[in-house]
Amino acid sequence: MAVPFEPVLTAGIGRLALEELEVYESQGGYQALRKAVRQMTPQEVQKEVTDSNLRGRGGAGFPTGRKWSFLPNDGRPRYLICNADESEPGTFKDRLLLERNPHLVIEGIMLAGYAIGAARAFIYLRGEFRQAYEVLQRALARARERGYVGRRVLGSDFSLEIVVHRGAGAYICGEETGLLSSLQGGRGEPRLKPPFPATSGLYGQPTVVNNVETLACLPSIISRGAAWFASIGSPRSPGPKIFSVSGRVRRPGNYELPLGTPLREILFEHAGGLEPGRRIKAVQPGGGSSPILTEQHLDVAMDFDSVAQAGSMLGSAGVIVLDDRDCIVEAARVLAEFYAHESCGQCTPCREGLHWAARVLRRIEQGGGRPEDIEVLQSLPSRIAGRTICPLADAGVGFLSSSLKYFMDEYRSHVTLGRCVQEAYVA
Amino acid sequence: MTPEWARRREQVAEILERYPERRSAIMPLLHLAQEERGYVAQEDVEAIAEILEMTPAQVESVASFYALYRRRPQGRYTLTVCSNLACVLGGARGLVEHLRQRLGVEPGETTPDGLFTLQVTGECLAACDQAPVMQVNGYYVHRAVPEKVDRVLEALRRGVPPASLADRATLPGEAAAPPDGASAGTGPGPSQEEASAHGRAL
Repeated sequence: MAVPFEPVLTAGIGRLALEELEVYESQGGYQALRKAVRQMTPQEVQKEVTDSNLRGRGGAGFPTGRKWSFLPNDGRPRYLICNADESEPGTFKDRLLLERNPHLVIEGIMLAGYAIGAARAFIYLRGEFRQAYEVLQRALARARERGYVGRRVLGSDFSLEIVVHRGAGAYICGEETGLLSSLQGGRGEPRLKPPFPATSGLYGQPTVVNNVETLACLPSIISRGAAWFASIGSPRSPGPKIFSVSGRVRRPGNYELPLGTPLREILFEHAGGLEPGRRIKAVQPGGGSSPILTEQHLDVAMDFDSVAQAGSMLGSAGVIVLDDRDCIVEAARVLAEFYAHESCGQCTPCREGLHWAARVLRRIEQGGGRPEDIEVLQSLPSRIAGRTICPLADAGVGFLSSSLKYFMDEYRSHVTLGRCVQEAYVA
Repeated sequence: MTPEWARRREQVAEILERYPERRSAIMPLLHLAQEERGYVAQEDVEAIAEILEMTPAQVESVASFYALYRRRPQGRYTLTVCSNLACVLGGARGLVEHLRQRLGVEPGETTPDGLFTLQVTGECLAACDQAPVMQVNGYYVHRAVPEKVDRVLEALRRGVPPASLADRATLPGEAAAPPDGASAGTGPGPSQEEASAHGRAL
């Protein structure tokens, strides 16, 4: 008998001013941190997180407890980084948590820092998030005053300072090695792994990088227990998850639901479905990097494994919906231009290939497409993806290669007609 | 060291203290320079290099990697329009067109009175449920349809600070205005239906 799902991460947002410390406390806030530092050892906190089966919400879905367990026990200082560089196209969940429930994120950071024994924690905050920056700075100041952050947390022997580090407009800094390079004062250029950050991260020291939403799951895991968390949603990818839904739905927005909720339910029961008479053309289930799904995939369970089986990825769970009036070539061009611009330039296939893809798509969109352009587009993804240091290149061809699979006729007729068969509905 | 940077000694010391290694302070120092001047000038690059014991070329190399560091004077208000996929679906092209007409400038340019710089970014601004979206000096304007944009421009010209015009992230169905009602007369945003109708009409 399933228990009805109640939001966990977004509970109270819109009803309560959770950004105020006292309001957050009145909802049981910082009780998990109190419990951890007073009644639990760091190992017990880590075990609880491992047992909860929490998987990283930044996109990769890697088990959080396992990630922590890779830290070597060699006495070197360890660092914790909260990845708040949310910039995946179609994703706006972390921004909601940072602006509206900042203490939940701070409490999550303190719990993770306690569990791994962090010497210092950093929030790598997207440069564009000025409002979140202001909210966080205020929340951190209050949390320090109250003894939740800083020296001797709640009178215990545990001390941890949190530093907010603002990015400055570079998508690639969401990739963890690009982030580390940026935080060390360099250009945000990724590097090859291994070594993984767990053994050689910030300043070459053992480092954990966790996403905002991942960390926001920790207080409830510690308060309510691993078994409770593991019982929500899909057994192999459990827990609450915020789905950011945008594009051609009537009620776009952030919906917190169990992982594994069917895509159809998210789109039609929660996000209001499409405008009357419209049909779904394509859905990116996991942000701008994810290969598209079509109407035939609407019953897919939105968890890491099921979406991968359907040929895409859950990624950041930023769900972007195109309807039957939208031009597939234009959408491909918009995304290709974005990824081309965000390539850091280290790897030739990414730096040159994505620009080439964008140019060819622009030409087709503007009516100057040549018949051989189709073959060029078809040949590009396999020459770009998997041949670079980081996954940006693969991300940059996700939409292109999947849309060529499902909408080849539309690409061809765009070339033949010199214009969109969709009669340019897209603004 | 310029007098400006000499005056910032305490702020600089506080920034350096945050990091185990000095070089990490480069981004906050570049932000500090830009907050005060509106852009990063050559003398800022040189001062930061001196503080961090780096060469100006190294500072330049870092500054040039990040889109938000501006190397030329900007208008008092930088209007940044999101042109990623969800905003394109929601009418970003119409928003850019409207701003071009109202301001008489092309993307990248500043109005002759020095008040507004128009920028169009391909980076998703993480407000896709509120498309089309722009930021004013980093503060959000959600559902930026022409009538709302005109109200925002007018308020900015009156000297209303962009912070008090800002829209916060919301859950679906939640009222868009901040709880203290400090939306500075921009009024409630249009519905998604209106916004997307606008997008399609243009």
